Amino acid sequence: MNDLLVANSVSKNFGNFKALNQVSISVPKGSIFGLLGPNGAGKTTLIRIINQITLPDEGHVMLDGQPLKAEHIRDIGYLPEERGLYKSMKVGEQALYLAQLKGMSKSEAKLQLKYWFEKLDIGDWWNKKIQELSKGQAQKIQFIVTVLHRPKLLIFDEPFSGFDPINANLIKDEILKLREEGSTVIFSTHRMESVEELCDHIALIHESNKILDGKLTDIKREYKSNTFEIGLQSNNKEALITSIKEQFEVLPATFKNLHDDVKLNVKVKPETSPNDLLSFLTSKAEVHHFVEVIPSANDIFIQTVKNN
Amino acid sequence: MNHLPLIIKREYLTKVRNKSFVIMTFVSPLIMIALIAVVSYLSQLNNDKKRTISILDESGFVSDVFENTENTTYIKLKGINLDDAKISVKEQEHYGLLYIGNGNVDAISNSVKFFSEDSPSLTVISSLENKLEQKLKDTKLIANGLDKEEINASRTNINISQESFSGEKSSKIDNILKLAFGGIAGYLLFMFIIIYGNMIMRSVIEEKTSRIIEIIISSVKPVQLMMGKIIGTSLAGVTQFVIWAILGSIMMVVLSLIFNIDLMSAQTQQQEIMQQAIQSPGIENEIKLAFESFRNLPMINLVIAFIFFFIGGYLLYSSLYAAIGAAVDNETDTQQFMLPILMPLILAVYVGIFTVIEDPHGTVSTVFSFIPFTSPVVMLMRIPFGVPLWQQGLSLVILIGTFTFTVWFAAKIYRVGILMYGKKPTYKELFKWLKY
Repeated sequence: MNDLLVANSVSKNFGNFKALNQVSISVPKGSIFGLLGPNGAGKTTLIRIINQITLPDEGHVMLDGQPLKAEHIRDIGYLPEERGLYKSMKVGEQALYLAQLKGMSKSEAKLQLKYWFEKLDIGDWWNKKIQELSKGQAQKIQFIVTVLHRPKLLIFDEPFSGFDPINANLIKDEILKLREEGSTVIFSTHRMESVEELCDHIALIHESNKILDGKLTDIKREYKSNTFEIGLQSNNKEALITSIKEQFEVLPATFKNLHDDVKLNVKVKPETSPNDLLSFLTSKAEVHHFVEVIPSANDIFIQTVKNN
Repeated sequence: MNHLPLIIKREYLTKVRNKSFVIMTFVSPLIMIALIAVVSYLSQLNNDKKRTISILDESGFVSDVFENTENTTYIKLKGINLDDAKISVKEQEHYGLLYIGNGNVDAISNSVKFFSEDSPSLTVISSLENKLEQKLKDTKLIANGLDKEEINASRTNINISQESFSGEKSSKIDNILKLAFGGIAGYLLFMFIIIYGNMIMRSVIEEKTSRIIEIIISSVKPVQLMMGKIIGTSLAGVTQFVIWAILGSIMMVVLSLIFNIDLMSAQTQQQEIMQQAIQSPGIENEIKLAFESFRNLPMINLVIAFIFFFIGGYLLYSSLYAAIGAAVDNETDTQQFMLPILMPLILAVYVGIFTVIEDPHGTVSTVFSFIPFTSPVVMLMRIPFGVPLWQQGLSLVILIGTFTFTVWFAAKIYRVGILMYGKKPTYKELFKWLKY
């Protein structure tokens, strides 16, 4: 059993609107799983089903090999995209209340809170009301409340929104640390650079259907176009470019580097080895830059969504 | 996992610690008492006003009936015509001038006039009229050959004593007492539903607008949250009522100590009235009956029924309030949904007041005491008049059945509604939510 969470052909309708259509995902234990998709694709509905906020019309969800049931609430920590806390309640009281709702005892919750308050540099906020805090400060409290009960599964919906770069980094490090300590993370976001940075698995949901999923490296391999960025120095640019164009497919290049005169993106046929290109180039000019173009998560996202 | 106690505790503490709640709890009895004090002080001021009324009695015998009292002084004018009398009364700034003409009794009664600067108070005029009527009636009777003793002896006091076939005695006072009990119970429920129903609604909306709702319901079932809210808020309400009752009685005692003298004087007046009352045997009987009927009120039934109908009615309505709160985003949008809730509630109070007084066991009041949306209020008003237990039981069963349904219904709306933002839903959409 290597998957912590398995959703099997989950469908959900709201009246005539199909919010999810036969969506299946498997989240491996200890992974950071990116749940991606344009706005309104059905990500939040799927997350709510995992949280048992709504029930699926069809299909079922298994957590740690068992069908989802009420007791699993304490195994999941959920940070919704729409953040919110009781505005006029004191920080400490509120955190204790929410922790107790997750099944922690009061003393245990107090201990953990103290630990996290120190860790995230939260000092004397215990008796402050949420409405007295800044947005970023409230977000920190919200993050603590999500992870306080050390759940097996953490679900973050846009966790970095509302944080300045320093605090966003702090939170990112904490997420990575939690994963090291054995938590599995589902991570829903639009910010592809954080997907690139954090996720090892992704699933892409578009218009209620899952259109892509798997290990990020596998997907990238699948989406690579055998294109190489090349940077050359030569006295006769025109002749050089024409001769390359005769042999290979050439695309305009946008990469940046220091001093190359000729910048090109060159596509190699699948049956050709990159070495053929390289040896051709070295025979013609001085090679300063030779890198395979790896499709970014962003490219994959846009390309897949557009194709569907 | 049962989080209900935890939720109830939070809701209760949040409500009770709320500044406006604390202020309301401690200030409103003060305001009430201040209001009562002001009103009684003002009316006392009014009663203490001394009046001087001049009387020009041309018949010569009628004015005997006017004797000076503490507040009213009568000056009997003689040997002066009406116009001069008017001028003199006006100059001396007396309250007014009562003119009584001359002739036979009928002519006198038609000739009576009252002149004053401003239009006179109704009580003054009717007291003058009463005295004149009595005097002229006696005069007529004497003219017809009766003597004074015979007239006094002819005065009778009728008070129909009522008794049911089973031998239960009752009286008018008895009925008033029953009405008061039922009315207070019904009205209390009405007030409680409106005040605390609104509080529940606001707290649901608050959770929605602060967006904490998604976190909460990822931990607890929406139904649990809703019930916790309803129970916690009503406990806060009960606390408030209890504090009001205690504060009210303490302040009454304190006030009566402070205004000791005033109350004493009022008491002596009352004692006089009581003595007068006791002298006439009819009223004495009535007082005795009233005490008796107070003891005869179905107290145990009343208390038990009050508790059950109160809880049932409150749950019924507050679950609907919670559903409304869940369906909308802000308080201004609640208006269109409030009307269908308030209508039956107001209807219940009116049916209670108008038909129960007229006929507590008539068709209208009986029917309305079974319809679940009006039954708590109407039944509570009927019970002091003695409602068969099977009727109370049946009504309660219907009520419980209905509130089970409304709680289910509200929970459905609540479950969907708390996660819906944006536009205000229509009734049609609410109906669709039931099927989600």
